[in-house]
Amino acid sequence: MTTLAKHSRSAPAASASPKPQGSHRRLGDLKIALLFIAPAMIGFIAFYVVPTIRGIYLSFTEYNILGDPEWIGLDNYTAIAKDPLFWNSLAVTGQYVILNILLQTALALGLALLMHNVAKSTIIRGTLLLPYLMSNVIAALLWFWMLDYQIGVVNQFIEWSGLPRVAFFGSEAWAIPTQALINTWRHMGYTALLIFAGLQAIPSHVYEVAKLDGASAFQTFRKITIPLLRPVLVLVLVVTVIGSFQVFDTVAVTTAGGPVNATRVIQYYIYQRAFTESDFGYGSAIAVILFLILALVAFIQMKFLKGNESDLD
Amino acid sequence: MKKSLGAVAVAAAMALSLSACSGSASSEESATGEISYWLWDANQLPAYQQCADDFSKANPDITVKITQRGWDDYWSTLTNGFVGGTAPDVFTNHLGRYGELAENKQLLAIDEAVEKDNIDLSAYNEGLADLWVGQDGKRYGLPKDWDTIGLFYNKAMLSAAGITDDQMKDLSWNPEDGGSYEKVIAHLTVDKNGKRGDEPGFDKNNVDVYGLGLNGGGDSSGQTEWSYLTNTTGWSHTDKNPWGTKYNYDDPQFQESMEWFAGLADKGYMPKLETTVGASMADTFAAGKSAINAHGSWMIGQYTGYKGIEVGIAPTPVGPEGERASMFNGLADSIWAGTEKKDAALKWVEYLASAGCQDVVASQAVVFPALKASSDKAAEAFQAKGVDVTAFTEHVKNKTTFLYPITDNTAKVKGIMEPAMDAVVSGKAPASSLTQANEQVNALFK
Repeated sequence: MTTLAKHSRSAPAASASPKPQGSHRRLGDLKIALLFIAPAMIGFIAFYVVPTIRGIYLSFTEYNILGDPEWIGLDNYTAIAKDPLFWNSLAVTGQYVILNILLQTALALGLALLMHNVAKSTIIRGTLLLPYLMSNVIAALLWFWMLDYQIGVVNQFIEWSGLPRVAFFGSEAWAIPTQALINTWRHMGYTALLIFAGLQAIPSHVYEVAKLDGASAFQTFRKITIPLLRPVLVLVLVVTVIGSFQVFDTVAVTTAGGPVNATRVIQYYIYQRAFTESDFGYGSAIAVILFLILALVAFIQMKFLKGNESDLD
Repeated sequence: MKKSLGAVAVAAAMALSLSACSGSASSEESATGEISYWLWDANQLPAYQQCADDFSKANPDITVKITQRGWDDYWSTLTNGFVGGTAPDVFTNHLGRYGELAENKQLLAIDEAVEKDNIDLSAYNEGLADLWVGQDGKRYGLPKDWDTIGLFYNKAMLSAAGITDDQMKDLSWNPEDGGSYEKVIAHLTVDKNGKRGDEPGFDKNNVDVYGLGLNGGGDSSGQTEWSYLTNTTGWSHTDKNPWGTKYNYDDPQFQESMEWFAGLADKGYMPKLETTVGASMADTFAAGKSAINAHGSWMIGQYTGYKGIEVGIAPTPVGPEGERASMFNGLADSIWAGTEKKDAALKWVEYLASAGCQDVVASQAVVFPALKASSDKAAEAFQAKGVDVTAFTEHVKNKTTFLYPITDNTAKVKGIMEPAMDAVVSGKAPASSLTQANEQVNALFK
């Protein structure tokens, strides 16, 4: 950025014909730029672009990984449209995403405000991040044991307080909310940190002016903090929504899709069809559909929440 | 751990860019060097390590590298290995899986070697050797062990309830009223107030000890959950076994049995399915939450190993047709078709299936080896440890076993039947709902 700016300022003074030199210079930059981009680019092509294209190709085939893919056109997609388990997985995933996002965003916003205004100690701010430092699988297994119906510590406390035990993972009504809560617990510190960074970017004079005008704390929050925080909130929403659509590990190590089909989320269903039932074509087709859904969701969020504009400008 | 993760990553990366390839072996090199061998049961690792050491002593130019991988990762890692070319030369194979592997040409047919080396297939327990002949008539493995189902019970709880060991040996069952099996289960169930399941005033919503433990819905096979009951009525999973092409979950007789089974939870004699997600059935038995657990012979070590609990083992109940029934499952060692050490692998497989290795396994008293003579030695080894295993061996002796259902599409069948069975066992759907699941299953074979 800075070299470009300097260059454009000094160019007219240095030469009478700046244009050819400029484009020559830019091409020179391109080579170096490519060199620096290369490591990321190679990774991006090898691990994202190629698998994506291959996945799209496989979605039009019947492929059990041990044989050769056989082109079957749209058959996978028409079968998916009629597959009740696919629609069930969409509904279950949707339920999970809504619960997870609502809770996580609300709690993270609250935590971020506390970090910004009350908890100034680095230790306390750091502690909020601790659950995020744990791997998903460990967090899931930890809660799986603590919430166990027969021998879990949480159910012991519930029983002592005179309430009936709860089958957190075993009951169809509880299984998805439980998993949503576990992942909220793990991720809210991280999300709070992102929002906290956004809060710090809001200039303090805006708040001083609001104070002078006699705005209440709630009014300041609603009229100043939220609008000025919007770009960050949108980014956080886009990232967390995509992240929660991809819930897999928690389900895989705890309920594995059950009870019945209550936690057969879309990622788990893809895994089941592809890796357990050796139907890689069918699994790829669902993955392509998920890809389209996520692209659409991200697009809508960016478009309607105006995530790429800031009211600060 | 690090190494296995790396192997998975490499295999996965290769899966993305390559299609299946298989190495071809040159005959001189294929009889020497290091061969790799995989198994999933950590309890059996010491026995097989001993076999490998003995084998290398007898064949100094061959070494065997054993890798143990948990059941959950075993099959997906193996599949990645097939595609990426890193699969083991020899691996422990399961009846539920080998049909698909054979059909996808990942297994080496070993008929020639078995014939050339004069392996006596009749030395194995009856039926075990035949299980490993595929639909194409070729042999894909030599049997290594077998398992049956029995009833593990908490001796202290039974004597407190006044039920004798002899009574346990004489249980009978039928799908209408559950026979003496249900009576015993009801009597062993105790609620929080100390009332037994067959006493007036029993509170089925506040049960302290369940008469019968529950492992899960049992998905397509019901191996330890319900098949030891349903298959005493004359019902069987498929039209023929092995290689059936039609499943029978729509049979009213089977559905009646399942209705009875699900009813146990409703009566409060068995935990509700939703409460069994999490801690294993064996651990909850050890915690004193159930009096009887139906489980497989591979669990003997675990049940008898809990401190402070005296465990008895009874045979499964006699059914309406006057016979007991137990699923008979067997494992075998198979060779990967892509191996570069074909001759060494063959030698190792034959050694694993021989008395030399199976007697070593028998002496460790963890599982029952496939050879008849070695099975008897294992029973003696268990006896020496103070465990009476006749409940498991008498199924084989009296020929009251039936085979694990071997068909194509087993993974897909399981995918359909797991939620369907869960719904029935949890009481969310009537057993008649299995008819619809059965139609889906049978559509796979058209």
